[in-house]
Amino acid sequence: MSDQNIDKGRRRMLTLATSAVGAVGVGFAVTPFVLSMTPSARARAAGAPVEVDISKLEDGVLLTVEWRGKPVWIVKRTPAMMESLVAVKDLLSDPDSDVESQQPAFAKNIGRSQDARSEISVMVGICTHLGCSPLEKFAVGPGNDMGDDWLGGYFCPCHGSKFDMSGRVYSNVPAPTNLEIPPFKFLTETQILIGVGPEEGVA
Amino acid sequence: MEKIVAWIDDRFPMTKVWEEHMAKYYAPKNFNFWYYFGSLAILMLVMQIVTGIFLTMHYKPDTELAFTSVEYIMRDVPWGWLIRYLHAIGASMFFIVVYLHMFRAMIYGSYRGPRELIWIFGMVIFIALMAESFMGYLLPWGNMSFWGAQVIISLFGAIPYVGDGLVEWLRGDFVISDATLNRFFAFHVAAVPLALCLLVYLHIVALHKVGSNNPDGIEIKENKDENGIPKDGIPFHPYYTVKDIVGVVVFLMVFSAIIFFVPELDGWFLEKDNFTPADPLTTPPHIVPLWYFTPYYSILRAVTWEWLPGGAKLWGVIAMGASLVILFFLPWLDKSPVKSIRYRGPLFKVALAIFIVAFIMLGWLGTQPAEGINTLLAQIGLFIYFGFFLLMPIYTKMDKTKPVPERLT
Repeated sequence: MSDQNIDKGRRRMLTLATSAVGAVGVGFAVTPFVLSMTPSARARAAGAPVEVDISKLEDGVLLTVEWRGKPVWIVKRTPAMMESLVAVKDLLSDPDSDVESQQPAFAKNIGRSQDARSEISVMVGICTHLGCSPLEKFAVGPGNDMGDDWLGGYFCPCHGSKFDMSGRVYSNVPAPTNLEIPPFKFLTETQILIGVGPEEGVA
Repeated sequence: MEKIVAWIDDRFPMTKVWEEHMAKYYAPKNFNFWYYFGSLAILMLVMQIVTGIFLTMHYKPDTELAFTSVEYIMRDVPWGWLIRYLHAIGASMFFIVVYLHMFRAMIYGSYRGPRELIWIFGMVIFIALMAESFMGYLLPWGNMSFWGAQVIISLFGAIPYVGDGLVEWLRGDFVISDATLNRFFAFHVAAVPLALCLLVYLHIVALHKVGSNNPDGIEIKENKDENGIPKDGIPFHPYYTVKDIVGVVVFLMVFSAIIFFVPELDGWFLEKDNFTPADPLTTPPHIVPLWYFTPYYSILRAVTWEWLPGGAKLWGVIAMGASLVILFFLPWLDKSPVKSIRYRGPLFKVALAIFIVAFIMLGWLGTQPAEGINTLLAQIGLFIYFGFFLLMPIYTKMDKTKPVPERLT
């Protein structure tokens, strides 16, 4: 067969069509492997709500509990700490908690908590920058290495992000948003359930 | 014996390969100190693979067992401490060798045409090594392992739209967990080492196709004798095999001294915070990556300009990625008519000196808290780092170069 009889266009079309079908096949073959790396059914099922007893929690002291493998902080804030939330406002990047992903609707307030018990702060203690757990820097003023005007809050040692007593992020730090507030509700005066909001039933 | 060789050569190109790549592979005769690090990098790759195989015989990739299994290797397995030190400290030694190997390429222009592909394969090896080292660092399940992995995986979360899903996919969970440890183990002991072996093979095939550069940056193949052998070339074996043995012996003396007398090297090679088990609730007060990552970590942290569209976090991650990607383009950024620093003018020499100082400064800053003057210094370092590469087409063109001799000096 001489070269003149070869229909090059037809050949190219067939090669392309075969390659396209082959690529689809590779796509199908790869899918199970890629999906096998997503969180497993067991990982998805884990994450039950956590019940915390705060009857012995003293004012102004940080309690850390574990929820879904993450640290969750609980603080019963003192009146001075609550006042600092107003004074600090101009230094913050999102003082009114406008970024909706960072708290349930009930916590879009200055204390980022429930209106009835606004002094109780419940937060996921994971920096919104790169996931370190910030340090408690509650002491006001110097002596905390945080500068003389420090009003109390949290400091992330990894990249220097600062947060106020409500977990609201300071301006000009690496963290882009306020700390996350998990859904939580009060079962009794001293029992908090983390992982379920006040409007929801117990899962 | 000859019959056996002939029998094999009829079936497999044994003698041909030996001659092409060793006995009749002509390398420039003027290799100096800087040319030890290629063979030392191969030594370290073999070292890591062999010690790694023996560590997997005792290590358990399970969050409940990992930390204690490493303690078990250190205390109860006969000679386990030596094998683990060789591996863990070997990682740092590997990076020292690789950084010096890359520096050699920069001073003698080894990345220049026709060796662009050698440089690109080398850069892919460098990035694969970083991934290999990062994933290996999670395996002891110490507290620094845990939080280091947390920070680095979170970097991917900065990518718009797909970031959160990508992070979950990488971790295989909503937090760093057993699933993460297990897959890092799989990548660390199987996937990445296989890729590395293939890449090193490609790196050497590409090198032997075009031949080695040398401290003069002259192509020895342009001056051949009547037999087609470069006049300035000497066979790799026995000349450079013997030379490299000297390098290996001296290197192993240094390596042994570190292992036997200062294995932690005051926290530079083994970090103290990793001697406590992973605690998902408490970040170590000073979270520091191992020294070979700190220049890039500094670049990440240096970006604090919130007015950037998309935010400082995203741009920090972009800057860190770009600081690695830009290295791939080095062969095309350098417009100088000469390759070697010996014949370059003052502009390149000054630029390279400033770059090296900035790179070491960035590395140092990456080990320090990001406070006060440190952030400003890191930002200066960032601009020098990128300036060195982005301005290179300009200053290498302007530079007053010296005439290059015909033959090696």
